[in-house]
Amino acid sequence: MSQIFNCSRRDFCKTSALLGTGLVLGFYLPGCQKKEVIPPASGPFKPNAFIQIAPDDTVTFFINKSEMGQGVYTSLPMLIAEELEVDWKKIKIEAAPVAPEYNHTQWGNLQGTGGSTSIRSTFDQLRTAGASGRVMLIQAAAQIWEVPPASCKVEGGKVIHPKGEKNLSYGTLAGAAAKLQPPKEVPLKPAASFKIIGKPRARLDTPAKVNGTAEFGIDVKRPNLLTAVIARPPVFGATLKEFNGEAAKAVPGVKEVVQVDSGVAVVAESFWAAKLGRDVLEIKWDDGPLAKLDSATQGKEYAALAQKPGLVAANRGDAAAALAGAAKKIEAVYEMPYLAHAPMEPLNCVADVRADGCEIWVGTQMQTLDRNAAAEVCGLSQEKVKLHTTFLGGGFGRRAVGDSHFVREAVQVSKAMQAPVKVVWTREDDIRGGYYRPRAYHAVRGALGEDNLLAAWEQRIVCQSIVKGTPFEEALMKEGIDHTSVEGIIDLSYAVPNLQVEYQMAPAGVPVLWWRSVGHSFTAFVKECFVDELANAAGQDPLAFRKQLLVEHPRQVALLDLLAEKAGWGKPEQGRAQGLAIHESFGSIVAQVAEVTVEDNKIKVQRVVCAVDCGQTVNPDTIVAQMQSAIYFGMAAALHDAITFKNGRVEQSNFHDYPMPRLAEMPVVEVHIMPSKEKPGGIGEPGVPPIAPAIANAVFAANKMRLRTLPLTLAPPAKTPAAAPKGGKKKKK
Amino acid sequence: MITLNVNEKNFEVDVAPDTPLLWVLRDQLQLTGTKYSCGIGECGACTVHIDNEAVRSCQVPVQEAVDKKITTIEGLPENHPVKAAWVAEEVVQCGYCQPGQIMQATAFLAKFPEALDADIDREMTGICRCGTYPRIRTAIHRAAKASAKGGKP
Repeated sequence: MSQIFNCSRRDFCKTSALLGTGLVLGFYLPGCQKKEVIPPASGPFKPNAFIQIAPDDTVTFFINKSEMGQGVYTSLPMLIAEELEVDWKKIKIEAAPVAPEYNHTQWGNLQGTGGSTSIRSTFDQLRTAGASGRVMLIQAAAQIWEVPPASCKVEGGKVIHPKGEKNLSYGTLAGAAAKLQPPKEVPLKPAASFKIIGKPRARLDTPAKVNGTAEFGIDVKRPNLLTAVIARPPVFGATLKEFNGEAAKAVPGVKEVVQVDSGVAVVAESFWAAKLGRDVLEIKWDDGPLAKLDSATQGKEYAALAQKPGLVAANRGDAAAALAGAAKKIEAVYEMPYLAHAPMEPLNCVADVRADGCEIWVGTQMQTLDRNAAAEVCGLSQEKVKLHTTFLGGGFGRRAVGDSHFVREAVQVSKAMQAPVKVVWTREDDIRGGYYRPRAYHAVRGALGEDNLLAAWEQRIVCQSIVKGTPFEEALMKEGIDHTSVEGIIDLSYAVPNLQVEYQMAPAGVPVLWWRSVGHSFTAFVKECFVDELANAAGQDPLAFRKQLLVEHPRQVALLDLLAEKAGWGKPEQGRAQGLAIHESFGSIVAQVAEVTVEDNKIKVQRVVCAVDCGQTVNPDTIVAQMQSAIYFGMAAALHDAITFKNGRVEQSNFHDYPMPRLAEMPVVEVHIMPSKEKPGGIGEPGVPPIAPAIANAVFAANKMRLRTLPLTLAPPAKTPAAAPKGGKKKKK
Repeated sequence: MITLNVNEKNFEVDVAPDTPLLWVLRDQLQLTGTKYSCGIGECGACTVHIDNEAVRSCQVPVQEAVDKKITTIEGLPENHPVKAAWVAEEVVQCGYCQPGQIMQATAFLAKFPEALDADIDREMTGICRCGTYPRIRTAIHRAAKASAKGGKP
């Protein structure tokens, strides 16, 4: 029949008319090549908030996670593309605006990026978004061709006719697909069918970041944009007494001096003029309650707090009794300093407040809160504030703040000036500006049983709360315990019948914040060093000792085996010593062996072998990159950095006294990814926690010096015993 | 008025002669590929070439750059082997320091075409807070090889 009726759709209609009604309508004319009537597109096809397909086949993905180096502008598109089956080369990425559709799937009514959740929280959501778009495009093509949708295939941004001889591009179908209802449910590919997920893919943001065109917040250009720098309090909690802006205003280019909540802003035609103006600003502060803040004194206060029982964060068995009756027990004190995030791009924000609305350009991890804060400052409804997320020149948590302080101040300055203003923090503002990883003091005791296994573990944590008094308190603070102070130890993986973890909240004052890996950054240091101390007390190899205690955690044991094999555990290169650490955080497990040399009281990390089990991988090369990055980030803190106070003032100010390792100090890093079918874990943060203890344990292996204070310091020698006033003397077997 | 030659074009700028070149490039010429990060010459994010030498532009008063040839990341050819190597090795993460790293690396390769590791260690002193150093090293090796085969560093 198909040979006989070689007709166009129009011919077919004529024939039908000739044959009369009714009869012919029942005819099915397979293969009849009808003229395809493709509805023209009046606009792009937007099956959901994440995808837009234009008639010219351009595919735009709106990504609601901030790109700060962790690769979400590539890995999240991979999730969509896996199901949408789109031509990868045609994908464009846009930062999502602030809208409820872009809220974090696990954070309630908040749009934001953090907690190594970007993949974990969107793995189903974005694949579903892609699948939904695909189903609608297929349906549109199937209607045009009058074939069952299930008989059509898709490939590279085209729907392919069941017979395979013709196809329609997604762009061509945009108009027809736009008229359809999104499906209620879509099937998702099983992992075995993944073509994109789990295979290395080049970052989409690389070209712009290599040729200098990538726009960070600090690069935003607007007509008549002014620049402001702010004179900030010299002591946290200090208040402004008075200022005289005349000298500042006399600097060529300076437009105005205005008071804002965070200090006194000098507004100018350029950064340099604003900075020169700030230099000559006459300003008097009332230093307030922290005027005498001193790190040494604060350390004593923390030690005193650790003498008192705290709130019980974890409890099983009777650790005190087990410790009292134990034949072999050790105790130690670990101390960790305040740390600045020091992203390479200092904080900044562009605000343009007008009578009818406000626009913000900012590299932020917390869009909803920032948008709402801007609306509040302007006295506008939230809908009147438009926030543009730029690239972030590093985040590490510093751009995820509950009080939106760096957005509020820009909005305040713009409002006062009635002009668009960019507020730029200098590096000194950044290092001295607070929102640090909190200082922590951990007193820990452990006991070994007759079997040389772990009998008791007791840990008392003194630490400021990150979340108290912030929008995150409700979710992260339970019965007075800030989860971010105790995470990583209350769920101790090592088998122990008696466990007690107590929390003493240190007094507030210095602004504190999450710093890449948050509480795990110090709990893992204590846990992994102290388990090494216990292994030593038990006279056992640190690897074998850990494995015995991880019987309930086969993934950790398997990872340790992989690591030991790849690192050549127990066989370090001549003159080097190895240290080991493993830690689970953010849904992933990372284990590392650090190989160090110690010469002239200097610790040099020569090689780090890293094994990571993050479940299903998305972009494996990004995982490798994040492990390299996390090892570097953690190593910088482990060996170099501390924020300290004297007379209320932060003693550090820039990279000369808050130093960052350079290329020459970077160890060789080898990363091994455990193949896994488990659900995806986080990847931005979990590589940080193990590196500091791995290095400290390697130093112990090198010279029997047990370093319990960060940053790890061998000189002057007096510092090491001071780190462990209560003992730290191991009872040797 | 100060006349600057940047990326083979002349520009007239009305700034105080002691203004750091970095801020003239960024604020007056809108060449924002050159980055501010520390302002004290420690980090190298602001690295540009002056007469083919890598310099930290936050430490150069603009008057010292007069009558010299200034090159910024925007002036580096798109097909430059160092850029190509950076792409091939997937170096970037947050990307903020990379223009400075690339400008440092191009000047380095002109001087040290063999790109020995000891030379890389000594000369590549810019800070990358994302720790892309292992890939910076391999990218420099790759660019060195490409240049040796005929590409121009």
